[in-house]
Amino acid sequence: MGAGHAHRLYVPGASPVHRLPPQCKLVAVLAFVLLVVATPRERLWAFAGYAALLAAVAVAARVPLRLVLRRVVIEVPFVAFAFLMPFVANGERVRVLGVAVSENGLWGAWNILAKGTLGVVASILLAATTEPRVLLLGIERLRMPQLITQIATFMLRYGDVVTAELARMRVARASRGFEARDLRDAGVLAKSVGALFLRSYERGERVHLAMVSRGYDGRMPVLHDVGATAAQWSLAAALPLTAALVTLAAWSV
Amino acid sequence: MWQLRVPCNCHAYALRLDLPHSTGRTVRDVHVPDGFINAPVSVAAGAVAVAGVAVALRGARRELDDRTAPLAGLTAAFVFAAQMLNFPVASGTSGHLLGGTLAAILVGPYTGVLCVSVVLLMQGLLFADGGLTALGVNIVNMALVTVLVGYGLFRLLLRVLPKSPASVAGASFTAAVVSVPCSAAVFTLVYAVGGTTDVSVGKVAAAMIGVHVLIGIGEALITAVTVSSVLAVRPDLVYGARDLVKPLELRRTGTRDGAPGGTPDRASGPAGDARTPEGPEPSGASA
Repeated sequence: MGAGHAHRLYVPGASPVHRLPPQCKLVAVLAFVLLVVATPRERLWAFAGYAALLAAVAVAARVPLRLVLRRVVIEVPFVAFAFLMPFVANGERVRVLGVAVSENGLWGAWNILAKGTLGVVASILLAATTEPRVLLLGIERLRMPQLITQIATFMLRYGDVVTAELARMRVARASRGFEARDLRDAGVLAKSVGALFLRSYERGERVHLAMVSRGYDGRMPVLHDVGATAAQWSLAAALPLTAALVTLAAWSV
Repeated sequence: MWQLRVPCNCHAYALRLDLPHSTGRTVRDVHVPDGFINAPVSVAAGAVAVAGVAVALRGARRELDDRTAPLAGLTAAFVFAAQMLNFPVASGTSGHLLGGTLAAILVGPYTGVLCVSVVLLMQGLLFADGGLTALGVNIVNMALVTVLVGYGLFRLLLRVLPKSPASVAGASFTAAVVSVPCSAAVFTLVYAVGGTTDVSVGKVAAAMIGVHVLIGIGEALITAVTVSSVLAVRPDLVYGARDLVKPLELRRTGTRDGAPGGTPDRASGPAGDARTPEGPEPSGASA
């Protein structure tokens, strides 16, 4: 796909993590996150272990820590939610710094913060070491219906184009003195959304015609295969297997 | 703060990562993170989501046949972009479009489910927005429920209302205004079964549904005006109101309907008659 620029989320590199086939990384990340979610929240050391595992992956992939931290910002809204938890949750009250808070609420907040952050960091590492296009090939390898991956491919390819169109509409609105202040201005925004839909859909029609004229029959040709060897699978399995040991230990203690 | 701010084309994705989140005032709808819902319920919701998407896959092929991939893909890109459009809800907070009802009315329920699900999948995989284990919960809430409730209500209302553009606008408003709190209600239900925190279900329900009633009004306004503006320009593109489009008739000279002054055949291209003068200029020809 001829997107005009490299993807912002991808950190180019040739580390062992970058070179792993995408389907191996996908399975590893999914298994890892499931194990994290299934861990009892009282085992603080288990979460430290998971964090250490992710840090090891980040080091192996040479993804700068600063970049990971900057992207973790995405979870700010649910951090705010987690901070509310001790005050609204039920259960026994304990005093922390002179404020009565719910003990269950504290555990709940910790639970969301720890598991949510580990999930976000795992996703960030996956996106940083795998090009979106390759990631889609990996999903397809995992028996995801081709139609879904095709739709996702088009979405990624034209996401920038459609977003840029929306941005041009904003500039056009602003240069005519429009500033949305309250809900009554929603009509103007909605007209832009309508125009955006028409332009996107009509672009889709043109893309389809262009594809049909080049022999498209509902299937995409496979240009390069991303098969995985047993060695690559076992390398990728290192993360979830180590995590599984931590989970087992957490449950049995 | 609730207007779209894109510094430059290549920051489009940064926008999703930085702007709505760092302000901390944007109400992120129900993008559930990992660890919020326990593992068994997450897996069960994932199974429901897979079943729903499988049904949608079959239906979408019927709606669009071999045009499915490009058209649904571009519609997914549209939903992705439209979700960046924030609108003010109450003092200080703003919500963003969920787009499930809008997509279902415009491109059909099956394609709508597919588009929103693909957007959620990509947000979870690439943008870490919504947990991977919570993907099933997110798809059930934001794709299946909004489309089922929104589109179902929309068709039901169109059946009883007179066939006019005004009733299409009214029906899409009602459908969207109901679908958003419904999505919040289903989230509360999932939380009641598999929530990991000890906040009482009543409190969660009150907070979630309260906020989403407000978000629903904004969503409904935008949905209704968007559908009407598309209906005015390309009525053939509003899937949910396709039976409102009158078939083009061929007028001949000699019949009573024929124009007197010698423009005999006025049958124009599809939907050509319906173009209104105030429609947006046709988009550029590059694909």
